[in-house]
Amino acid sequence: MTDSSPILKVEGLEKTFGAVVAASNINIDVQPGEIIGIIGANGAGKTTFVNMVTGYLTPSAGSIQFEGREMIGLPPRKVTQAGISRSFQVSQVFSTMTVEENILTALAIASNTGLGALRQMMRPELVSKCNDVLERYQIAQHRDHTAGTLSQGVRKLLDIAMAVISKPRILLLDEPTSGISVEEKFDLMDIVMTPLREDNVTVLFIEHDMEIVERYVSRVIAFYQGEIICDESPTEALADPKVQEYVIGTSHPHAKKGA
Amino acid sequence: MFFDRTSSIVVIALFACAVAGYFIPDWIMNQLMFGFARALAVLGLLVLWRTGLISFGHAFYFGLGAYTVALLDINLGVSDVFLRLVGAVLVSGVIGWIVGFVLRNYRDIFFAMLSLALSMVLYGIIVKTEALGSTDGFSISAPTFFGFAPDGKYPLFVFICVVCAICAVAVQMYLNSTLGWMTTAIRDNEVRVEYLGLSVANAVHVKYVLSAVLAGAAGCLMAMALGQVDPDSMVNWTASGELVFITILSGPGSVIAPFIGSVVFELLRTYAFEWAPHAWQLIVGGTLLTIILFLPGGVWSVIEKVVGKKS
Repeated sequence: MTDSSPILKVEGLEKTFGAVVAASNINIDVQPGEIIGIIGANGAGKTTFVNMVTGYLTPSAGSIQFEGREMIGLPPRKVTQAGISRSFQVSQVFSTMTVEENILTALAIASNTGLGALRQMMRPELVSKCNDVLERYQIAQHRDHTAGTLSQGVRKLLDIAMAVISKPRILLLDEPTSGISVEEKFDLMDIVMTPLREDNVTVLFIEHDMEIVERYVSRVIAFYQGEIICDESPTEALADPKVQEYVIGTSHPHAKKGA
Repeated sequence: MFFDRTSSIVVIALFACAVAGYFIPDWIMNQLMFGFARALAVLGLLVLWRTGLISFGHAFYFGLGAYTVALLDINLGVSDVFLRLVGAVLVSGVIGWIVGFVLRNYRDIFFAMLSLALSMVLYGIIVKTEALGSTDGFSISAPTFFGFAPDGKYPLFVFICVVCAICAVAVQMYLNSTLGWMTTAIRDNEVRVEYLGLSVANAVHVKYVLSAVLAGAAGCLMAMALGQVDPDSMVNWTASGELVFITILSGPGSVIAPFIGSVVFELLRTYAFEWAPHAWQLIVGGTLLTIILFLPGGVWSVIEKVVGKKS
């Protein structure tokens, strides 16, 4: 970890739903450009953490500072405007629109604020940018397909492409490869991660597949019952006994031999 | 083009109607006036419908527009069509803006029923208040144009055509804008819209105020076309029901659709009443059922098919 000031500083974050503690004492410093894998079993608090950082949930206690600015209390749109964007475990696309219209919608919102929103939607510069995005995320061949009819992989790419259009400094991906076949997973991650690395975007992504984690991240944060049980490099994290026991499971190929 | 083909068709068609109005019998001109006036309110409902919202109480704004005309006439002697229209638009717009702060937080049946409740509150106030004409309503003096009081209804018909053309083109331009485009986006996925950086509540609020203004203008034009206002035909839930009926009959496909749908509705109701004075609602209801079952895209979907085949 470097000594530069963190782009995201999370301190003492907590979230309770009545008697249920969904997140407790979460402290994370994220440096600019880091690519972090968030792992944990179902219900460990990973998505709750992402939801709190992106304004979907208001924490019960703690602080979330992005580039020195407190983010708690900001609605999702303000969080996006500040420079934090996200994709979703269940892809959030405009299902009755075509792929091209989805991207155009995202571009139009990103380029219009205030009275600018009354400018014409279909502008040549937007269509040109839309073509670039479609090519970059390799979904140009689906441009005229209705989003609701797309395969899971293409929907995921579309969801992520839309999230990136606002030019975030931090992108949170909630299980980008869930529901994707083993053969397609690495292709999808290559398509997603290449432009993000080029643009030096800080990425935090939730992932269950440890092969994906090992290949793409520089740091792993493991959650268990709402708390962080490990925050290390992938090699160290995957060898950590607590991660082995509570996250990976002893029968998994990544589990220590003889464990 | 911002002023697109649809806008051109609207302007040409309403200009043609305005010219034709000089030659057609009065009863047809009346039907067109009532149809076009009501179409403005339907245009507002179309914007809401595209956003996934339906208002069962838009007669609230229709009535506000109509009663603004009546009260301006009775209390201040305002007969000028422009002043009446500006007054109706201002009243419905300001009240729509205030009410919008509440309604923008609701969706589906809650939005529909809250809007209905609102219209029934206004209805209740009007029928219980003598100063507002109670159940009888008011008669309105004939409209004037910059001080001129022309004979006959043709000048008013032309005025209605012009207002309708301006409103339809404005709505079409709005729908082509980024904010207008968000109608479908919000209906499809509010979460994504919010996470792209746009306030869904604000966008819904703008659409609500727009629909309120259009309904207020519609009420104003209808009041002048009828020469009277009354709570049963302008504020009661049945008036809101008619607007929803016409919206379904028209279909959400185009800003042209409400004008066709409204005129079809006027003719349908007139002839149903003539043929079956005691069961005309049966004919109107049966038509609505048929539309929902066989033409969910409304009469506009038929026009689209016919034009599509030809081209």
